[in-house]
Amino acid sequence: MIRDAALVAAKDLRLEWRSRVGIGQVLPFAVLCVLLFAFALDPDRNVLERATGGLFWMVVLFAAVLTVQRTFAVEGDDGVLDALRLSGLSPASIYLGKVAALLTQLVVLELVLAVAMAVLYDTTFRGWLLLGGIAALATLGIAGAGASYGVVGLRLGGAETLLPLLLLPLLAPVLIAATRGFDIAFGRAAGPGWPWAALLGIFAVVYLGLGAFLFRPLMEDA
Amino acid sequence: MTIQQPVEPVPPTSGARVVAPASTSSRGTRILGFAVLAGLVALVVFGVFISPPDAELGETIRILYMHVPTVSAAYVAFVITAIASGMYLWRRSEFWDLLGASSAELGVLFFGLTIFNGMMWGKITWGVFWRWEPRLTTTTVLFLTYLGYLAVRQVPTNVRTRATVSAVIGILAVVNIPITHKAVDWWRGLHQEKTIFGTVDPDMRGTQLFSAYLGLVVFLGLFAWLLIHRFRLAWLTERAEDRGLDAAIAERRAEA
Repeated sequence: MIRDAALVAAKDLRLEWRSRVGIGQVLPFAVLCVLLFAFALDPDRNVLERATGGLFWMVVLFAAVLTVQRTFAVEGDDGVLDALRLSGLSPASIYLGKVAALLTQLVVLELVLAVAMAVLYDTTFRGWLLLGGIAALATLGIAGAGASYGVVGLRLGGAETLLPLLLLPLLAPVLIAATRGFDIAFGRAAGPGWPWAALLGIFAVVYLGLGAFLFRPLMEDA
Repeated sequence: MTIQQPVEPVPPTSGARVVAPASTSSRGTRILGFAVLAGLVALVVFGVFISPPDAELGETIRILYMHVPTVSAAYVAFVITAIASGMYLWRRSEFWDLLGASSAELGVLFFGLTIFNGMMWGKITWGVFWRWEPRLTTTTVLFLTYLGYLAVRQVPTNVRTRATVSAVIGILAVVNIPITHKAVDWWRGLHQEKTIFGTVDPDMRGTQLFSAYLGLVVFLGLFAWLLIHRFRLAWLTERAEDRGLDAAIAERRAEA
């Protein structure tokens, strides 16, 4: 199962690498958001620096919607989905492969975003252990839920306007927890960070489990 | 080649006419409907006129007699949707699909009412319609989550895809309820403020307590009544669509 998932993930990433959609479109969009926030909020009064945690995760969520859409749009053409179905791979391993590919893309995006914010907002990233834990768990949750909703969007004939409405309210707790976690790691908020990490962990586990289980009906019966 | 099959005679102009039960009501629902109506009148009498104002909440306690019931009915609705979604994926029957959809629609309606009367209460108590009070915030996030479910039902696609996809969403959404609750609670944890939620019961006495429970029973009854009607309407709509298709096919054959 792990090998099958790796196969699907490798295929997705190779496709992404060759098409350059992520690098050429989604990454610039994320950096653009970093700029736009500066125009919307006053850059001279440390508002951006103080809001880095929240803005960081807002951009990740927006970019995640685009990435999810993209990851599944490639399956919609030329009956690829039917081919995947007939390939003998189990739906759960296809799902996990998709999650792994999404996860990889989002992690790259987050690294670029962190550098952009450190430079443009003058934010010092610190509390690395908590920061890394929060980011890893939050991204896993986003990828887990995103992969389920991606196939939903695909099934509904690429309902592009529907995906944000479905995905973003579901990810609201992730936004809250990840932002709080980052603020605590930055030393901008008091309190322990681990409950937030635990909440993100629960979210990730629940949605990965459900996603792997519900991928079969979405693939085969829809 | 024409395939001759005995076709049920459908008048070409009949379109989507449904002959079967032409109404969504039955003896049972009429009795339930009248009982709920009487209950609503009684709730107004007890909630607005007979019960005394609260020592702490004052007159605003009267909003509570509607607020707690609407939010409870909404949660019941979403649990029914989740169960129906699970049952659909297991049994693949139209019944569970339509039950889940009907229930979600009412859940959204009752959540909308909850947000509305919560904001009315806020205006009186806090002086503003909105504060980031945990329960109100959670309710709004979940309201939007289920609006997504209803939006999925509106996407033109085949019946089977719609049913499977919405069943999956019905399950994914219900699991988010406790997670969102926890996240928003912790998020607002440091901002303890007077809230309409969680003030139920302990200090209520006599007619106050009676009004609170009466509200709960009446609104759950109202929910049941609406659910039965909504479900039957959905069922008849599906039959009408089948019928419309049959009629169109017959019409086409008559032309050939």
